[in-house]
Amino acid sequence: MKYLDEYRDGDVAAKIVAEIRRVQTRPWVLMEVCGGQTHSIVKHGIDHLLPEGIELVHGPGCPVCVTPLEMIDKAHAIAQRKDVIFCSFGDMLRVPGSNGDLFTIKSQGGDVRIVYSPLDCLKIARTNPAKQVVFFAIGFETTAPANAMLVWRAREEGVKNVSILVSHVLVPPAIASILQSPLNRVQGFLGPGHVCAVMGYREYEPLSARFKVPIVITGFEPLDILQGTLMTIRQLEEGRAVVENEYSRILNRDGNIGAQKLVANVFEISDRKWRGVGTIPKSGYKLRWEFRDHDAERLFDVKHIDTKEPEACISGQILRGLKKPHDCPAFGTGCTPQKPLGATMVSAEGACAAYYAYGRHLEQHREATQYVSVESVRGAA
Amino acid sequence: MNCYVEETNMCLAIPGKVVETYDQRGLRMAKVQFGGIVREACLEYVPDTQLGEYVLVHVGFAISRVDEAEAERTYQALKDLDQLTELESPVVEEIPETDKPSSPAWMKGGTNGGGDRQ
Repeated sequence: MKYLDEYRDGDVAAKIVAEIRRVQTRPWVLMEVCGGQTHSIVKHGIDHLLPEGIELVHGPGCPVCVTPLEMIDKAHAIAQRKDVIFCSFGDMLRVPGSNGDLFTIKSQGGDVRIVYSPLDCLKIARTNPAKQVVFFAIGFETTAPANAMLVWRAREEGVKNVSILVSHVLVPPAIASILQSPLNRVQGFLGPGHVCAVMGYREYEPLSARFKVPIVITGFEPLDILQGTLMTIRQLEEGRAVVENEYSRILNRDGNIGAQKLVANVFEISDRKWRGVGTIPKSGYKLRWEFRDHDAERLFDVKHIDTKEPEACISGQILRGLKKPHDCPAFGTGCTPQKPLGATMVSAEGACAAYYAYGRHLEQHREATQYVSVESVRGAA
Repeated sequence: MNCYVEETNMCLAIPGKVVETYDQRGLRMAKVQFGGIVREACLEYVPDTQLGEYVLVHVGFAISRVDEAEAERTYQALKDLDQLTELESPVVEEIPETDKPSSPAWMKGGTNGGGDRQ
């Protein structure tokens, strides 16, 4: 399966689905961890393509969704300052805080800038020595090496007017939190491909063993998702629970050692609050003490900002795989990407936004089987 | 995609071809071509990457090397999913360099610097 057509081949998809059907003897609930996988699943109708009884639920793998409201409010408080240039990836700009979003602050005269790479902040800082350049450092393990490099280089080059507002979260503690919940329904995981490109999958092995749950690190193509699903179902049917790598053409067990090393130099593990979920112990990064001069939360004294999330939507339950977007009465009506109520709709990467983007809000009442077939996978090629 | 502007998907990485490599203040950098767009990327995490090779780039950092066929396939998949808008973020210009490159000390101490595999 070397080239594109082979990865989009409807016949191959049909064969994998047939094999899943052959090995499956009972219903199973799997979770895809990553928001990119959710988009692929919804766009290609993979959830509808799977045999009856195989349920895919969406995980907490959207970094924008899980960034807590209080961190967004802290970002806004900093971005409003006249002595600050506030930098962010583009997807955080329209995420609403308690009072408006970063676009609003920009329109009111705040110096808010979108960057492509965290290293752009160093360039901005050099050209604006009188301003403090603050970067909103959110994301999972995939993004942490880039943010770590920004802080490392700032210190190494003596660029004192750069700091980061850290809201980094980690996948394995979130998986553990989901499995520990008495309400948990998830029996197997499609692990996050690009997170593991950085971190490897070694750290998932104790999780798999402890909770006796299969974890198959999976890519983002339709056939990746189907193959990952088949590998997970095989394990479940055979009573096995190990970590397997469906995405071996990209990643290995060890990941990118250099990236891990710099991340460990700059960050340390800390408790983190997840939007809609609450605090998960040891589930994120904070800056190490020696980098405190680049810690925006400390520099701007915003630690006191503590926002309580209004319970207007079911994002928290969606992020834990307990509910689906259609289970929310506001989905597609009172809650849309233009006017989101909660976490999973605020980001294009969120599960609710994915359902909305691909028209699932228009066909809530249709029979799922009428919506998609193997042909849709073939047609996507 | 739509009503969203300048998204950056923080799960996905975009494959591109290394068309130029250079040193920038001690960091190994590259110009990487994604379809018709060329952006700058940092190669510090895949230090052995050579000109003409393909890398998976996430928020301006190459995190893994990939082969050409895989790169093409992944690029098309992301395009189909409307997940390439990260590339549309504005280019930040830098003032001319005046200081000497510093040493990338974090690479010292025995790491191989890159766990990328194909």
